[in-house]
Amino acid sequence: MNPSPMPVSAVGANALRTITLEVFRFRPEQDPLPSWQTYQVPCREEWVVLDALNYIKDHLDGSLSYRWSCHMAVCGSCGMMINGKPILSCKAFVRDFPDHIRVEPLGNLTVIRDLVVKQERLLANLSAVKSWLIPKTPAAADEPYRQTPVQLDQYRHLSMCINCLLCYAACPQVALNEGYLGPAALALAHRYNLDSRDGGTFERMQATASADGIWECSFVGECSEVCPKHVDPAGAIQQMKLASSLDWFARRLGLGERS
Amino acid sequence: MSSSVYTPKLPRWWWLHHAGYRRYMVRELSCIPIGVFAVMLIVGCWRLEQGPESWQAFRAALATPLALVWQLIALAFAVYHSITWFALAPRTMPLRIGARRLPASWIAGAHYLAWAVLSLLVLRIVGG
Ligand code: SF4
Ligand code: FES
Repeated sequence: MNPSPMPVSAVGANALRTITLEVFRFRPEQDPLPSWQTYQVPCREEWVVLDALNYIKDHLDGSLSYRWSCHMAVCGSCGMMINGKPILSCKAFVRDFPDHIRVEPLGNLTVIRDLVVKQERLLANLSAVKSWLIPKTPAAADEPYRQTPVQLDQYRHLSMCINCLLCYAACPQVALNEGYLGPAALALAHRYNLDSRDGGTFERMQATASADGIWECSFVGECSEVCPKHVDPAGAIQQMKLASSLDWFARRLGLGERS
Repeated sequence: MSSSVYTPKLPRWWWLHHAGYRRYMVRELSCIPIGVFAVMLIVGCWRLEQGPESWQAFRAALATPLALVWQLIALAFAVYHSITWFALAPRTMPLRIGARRLPASWIAGAHYLAWAVLSLLVLRIVGG
């Protein structure tokens, strides 16, 4: 424990509350196994957990590694387990937590160092589900793809995803099956399926309706609880199950290809 | 560990760790009492087909305290499953009329209405 004198410039003079931050450390070049390290951090009323980590990095221990960028819940890089729950650390106000806060890397994902996890799984799965527009009909070179506000409204909430991986950390199926495409990738596949300009649903189904796709989901529903952008990946996946089942029946009944 | 990364393991009793996971597990486990109750119903049909005596014996067996407690447990699980299922329905099938989304309460409400109508229908048929 090293309660070093705190520079007034860094924390200001008013309303300090000393928080014990118990931080997950993993530095493979020193120790092949992770360990816990405890810091005493004088926190201001309006601080979020990310501010407390920045205080540690600046004043107590420069060796601590974690990701962040925007400090305003937009970039999606600062997700962590705080007292066991996946949350954006720039959105987690210290005042909402007890005096002892435990900070871990996002669950269910491979840890590279301290609080930094591998993001490759999401990136690979986004490619696997083709989370991009596959135009129904190629537009003329100088023509935009037009869309009405009502058509936009079909998928707008799904397009709010910031790829923060909180939903992967909340999902037990992500941990149980390494190949599972996961909530965000499936929600983004659905985002394009619902887009009036898109004609790629059938192509995407090769991945989304595979053994590693939507049917791996057992509707635990925690992904939607933790999502900071109200994407509701669990709802999107259930909608895809419904659409995929209808598609299966339509094919059996010889009602032809659906795009 | 040979690699230079750390891969966490899901704890064996992972679903005990969070309230959300526990609620999910109760939902999943509700299939057991509901399934057993369905088997009891099938046995009932089979006993009915065998004639009045065996039907009466089946009914008497259902009225024993142990069987009653079991039926109450099955009912509790069925109610829990139905309510949580209906609560999720608006997210599984969002509906819209023209440009407007139908409010979630309408979709859930329609499920409750269908439940009530079907229950009344069954009661009428069974109750004579
Ligand atoms: S769906 Fe939500 S929780 Fe998952 S990555 Fe996107 S924004 Fe994050
Ligand atoms: S730092 Fe960008 S989301 Fe938290």
